[in-house]
Amino acid sequence: MAAFLLRRLLQSIVLLGIVSIIGFTVLNLIPGGPLAQYALDPGMTEADRLRIASQMGLDRPLYVQYLEWASRMLQGDWGTSYRDGNAVLTVIARHVPATLLLMGSSTVIAVGVGTWIGIRGATHRNSALDYMSTVGAMIALSIPTFWFGLIGIYVFSLRLGWLPSGNMYTIGDGSVLNMLHHLIMPSVVLALVHIAIWSRFMRSATLDAISQEFVKTARAKGVPERRVVMKHVVGNALLPMISLAGVQVPSLLTGALVTETVFSWPGMGRLFLDSLSYSDYPVVMGLLMFSAILTIVANFIADVTVALVDPRIRLA
Amino acid sequence: MMTRPVIVPPATPAPETGAEIALSVRGLTIALPKSMERRFAVEDVSFDLRRGQILCVVGESGSGKSVTANTLLGLLPRAMKTTAGSITLEGREVIGMGAEDLRDLRGRVVSMIFQDPLSALNPLMTVGAQVDEAMAAHGIGTPDTRRTSTIALLQEVGLPDPALMYHQYPFRLSGGQRQRVMIAMALALEPTILIADEPTTALDVTTQAQILTLIRDIQRRKGMSVMFITHDFGVVAEIADSVVVMEKGHVVEEGPADRVLRAPRHEYTQRLIAAVPHLRGDDRPKPAGAEEPPVLEVRNLVKTYASGSALLRTRRVVPAVQDVSFRLARGSTLGIVGESGSGKSSLGRLLVRLMEADSGQILFEGEDIAPLPEPKFRSFRQKIQMIFQDPFASLNPRMTVGTILTVGPMAYGVKASDARAQAHEMLQLVGLDRGAFGRYPHEFSGGQRQRIGIARALMFRPRLLVADEAVSALDVSIQAQILELLERIQRETGVSMVFITHDLRVASQICDEIAVMHKGRIVEHGPPSQIFMSPRSDYTRELVAAIPGEDFQRGAAAVALT
Repeated sequence: MAAFLLRRLLQSIVLLGIVSIIGFTVLNLIPGGPLAQYALDPGMTEADRLRIASQMGLDRPLYVQYLEWASRMLQGDWGTSYRDGNAVLTVIARHVPATLLLMGSSTVIAVGVGTWIGIRGATHRNSALDYMSTVGAMIALSIPTFWFGLIGIYVFSLRLGWLPSGNMYTIGDGSVLNMLHHLIMPSVVLALVHIAIWSRFMRSATLDAISQEFVKTARAKGVPERRVVMKHVVGNALLPMISLAGVQVPSLLTGALVTETVFSWPGMGRLFLDSLSYSDYPVVMGLLMFSAILTIVANFIADVTVALVDPRIRLA
Repeated sequence: MMTRPVIVPPATPAPETGAEIALSVRGLTIALPKSMERRFAVEDVSFDLRRGQILCVVGESGSGKSVTANTLLGLLPRAMKTTAGSITLEGREVIGMGAEDLRDLRGRVVSMIFQDPLSALNPLMTVGAQVDEAMAAHGIGTPDTRRTSTIALLQEVGLPDPALMYHQYPFRLSGGQRQRVMIAMALALEPTILIADEPTTALDVTTQAQILTLIRDIQRRKGMSVMFITHDFGVVAEIADSVVVMEKGHVVEEGPADRVLRAPRHEYTQRLIAAVPHLRGDDRPKPAGAEEPPVLEVRNLVKTYASGSALLRTRRVVPAVQDVSFRLARGSTLGIVGESGSGKSSLGRLLVRLMEADSGQILFEGEDIAPLPEPKFRSFRQKIQMIFQDPFASLNPRMTVGTILTVGPMAYGVKASDARAQAHEMLQLVGLDRGAFGRYPHEFSGGQRQRIGIARALMFRPRLLVADEAVSALDVSIQAQILELLERIQRETGVSMVFITHDLRVASQICDEIAVMHKGRIVEHGPPSQIFMSPRSDYTRELVAAIPGEDFQRGAAAVALT
C-alpha cells in the first residue's frame, strides 16, 4: 500500500510537470498575447512596447519564462494577474468555492439518481423504467448542456417563476437558503448528462455483478432478495464506479464552466473566459494548474478508495 | 381427481413411503427459450433421492443435470420455465411455491454448493461474514452465537485455524479451502438435503479426493441426503449410492451405483463409462525415432516470477520453473502432469517462447532457441505449434474456419491457393468435412472446435506440438475422440508432442513418457508403467492415489481378465 501511494505521488508530480509545459507552450503560441492590447494604442511606440515586454519579462526565451514560472510556482507563488495586479491564488480562491459547490451538488445528484436508475434498470430489465432511462440517457447525452440551461430558465424562471434565472444571491439577501434556491437549477442542469453516464455504467456494472456465481450462492442460502441486491450485487457493482467517478471530474469541471456561463454563476468558468480574453496568462495558467491538480487529486482519491474498499488490493 | 385403488398388488417392490424419500422429482419438464436448438432443457425427468443416500446425477454438458438442480431451489434463470411436473422436497411441493416460501427452504432445508469455488464467494466479504449470513438470513441466533457456530463450522470442514480464517477474505484461500467454506456455509443450518453441482470439477486431483472424503464423511455423520451432480464416472465410483444418468434432457438410466457401474444397461451409459479415461499401466511401443537425436532437449530451464518492489522490501519471488531438464524423442509424446501452480503451463509457455526463460537451454533439433531474439526465432514458430485449452476462446469468432487455417501460412508467404488446398487436407485429417471451410466457429461444437484448433496447429507441418490442457474443457466422450485423433496424427505425421495436463488418466492414455511436476520441479520422470504402477516419489504416489474411481477401474479390469 505504501509503495502504491508513493508511486502514485511520483506519477502525479511528473504528470503535473507535463501538463504545465504543454499549457504554457500552447498559451504562448496563441497570436496576440498580453501586449496585443497596446497595439491599437496610438500613443504608444514600438519602443514603449518593448520596454513593457522587458519589464514583464516577456522578451526572454520561452523556456526561461517557463522555468521562472515553475520555480516560483513550486515555492507557492502562482504569479500576479495582469488584469488587476492581485495574486493569482487570491483571484482563484475568490472564485473556486462557487464552482466546487456547483460541482459537488451536481455530483451528489448525479451519483444518487444515476445509481438508483442503474440498479433499478438492471434488476428490472426490459421494464418500462429501463426503457425510459435508456431513451432518457440518449437524449441527455446528445443535447448540449447549455440548451437544457436555456430551456430551464425559460420554463422555471420565465414561465413558472419558481427559480431564479441566474447569479448566486438575490442582491441584498446573503442567506444560505437564498443561495440554495439559486443553486437548484444550475446543479440539476449540470447533473443531467452525468446522471445519463452514471446510470448507463451502473446498469451494466450491476448486470455484470448480478450474473456472478456468488449472487447465486447468496440466493441459495436463503438471503432475502433485497439484501442480495443491496449487499452482494450493488457492493460489487460500485467498485468499478469509484474509478469512473474520478475520471468524470474533468468533464464535470468543463460542464461547470459552461453551466456557470449560462446561469451567471460567479465561479471559475467566468473567471477563465474573462482571463482568456484579457490574455491574463498568469491567471489562465493558474486555473489550468488548479484543474489539473483537482483531476489528479480526484483520481488519486478514487484509486485509494478502491484500494481501501477492495480487500484483494488492500491486503495484497 | 380419480380415486385410486388403495391396495397395490405386490408384483413390484412396495413403493417407497414418503418418510424414506427426501426429494422426489416427477415428470419435470422445463422449456427453453424459443431460439434454442432444443425445445426442452429437461423433459419428463423423474427420480427419487432417498434419505441418507448420495445420488449422483451424471451426464455431459447439455444433459440438463444442472438445470434440474437449479430448479429444485427455484434458481432457474427467468428465460426458462417449468412447464410440467412436480418436485417434492421433504413432503412439500416446490413447483409453484411462492418466492418467500422458497427462500425459507433455501439454506434451511436444502443447501447447494457450486462448481467454481473461485467465483462462488463474494470477494468483498470475509469468509466468516458469509457463513454467518446463511444463519442471519433465516433469523437464527444472535451475532454472538452465530459467530461461535461459524467458527465451529469452519473447524468442522477442516479449515486450519478457524478463528483466524473467520476474518479472511476469499482471495487469500486456495480453491480447496474455498470449497470447504462453501460446504461450511451449506451446513450452517443443518439442512437435510445437500445439492452439490460439480463441486470438485474445478479442483486439483488431490484436493478433489479430500473434498469427496469430506462430503462423504459429513453425509454419514449427519445422515444427510446428497444429490451430487457430476460428469465423471470416476467420482461416481468413489461416492455414489445410486445413479441417475441423463442425456439431452432425459433420464436414460437409473439404479444402484454398483449395478450401473458394473452392468450399465443403456447404450449411452455404456459409452460414457467406456470413455472414462482410466490409467493404463502399459507403455506404448517405442516410436521409430527413439534412436535418433531428440527433437527437443531442455536443459536446466529456470523461470521466476517476481512481483512487488525491491526498493520497498515487498518483493515476492515465485519460482515457476526450477532447473527443469528433459529430452523428447522424435515422434513421441511427453506428458507434463501436475496440479495447478506446479509450473506445467509456465513450462509450456517457455517452450513456445510466449515467455522468456531466465536461464537454461531449449535445444530444438540441436539449436538453442532460448536466447534467440524474436526475429530470429520467428522461423522456428512454424515448426513449434500450440494447441490451446479452451476451444471457445481460442478461435476468432469473426473469421471463417478457412481464414483461421490459412491466415498463418499466408503471413509466412504461402500462396493463397496452396494454403487453401492444405487447409482442406488438414480438415480431412482431423475428421471435419469440406463444408467446414466456409463456416464460422460458433457453428461447431466444442469437440469440433478443438479439431479446428488442431488443424490450425498442423497447417505448418510442425515438428513439435505443445498441447496445453488440450482436452480438459471437453466432455469425456469427446475427450476420448480427440485423444484418438492426436494419436492417429502422430502416427501419420511423426510429429512429436508435449502434452500438458492435470489429468493423470488422460496422460496415461497418450504419453510415451511422463514428467511429474511439483512446485516448479520435475519430481519424477519415466514411462507410464513406472509412474502409475510403481511410482518412486511420494508426491507421484499421492497423485496416483487421489485419482477418483481407480479402485473400480482396477476391479473392472480384473473382472474382465478372469
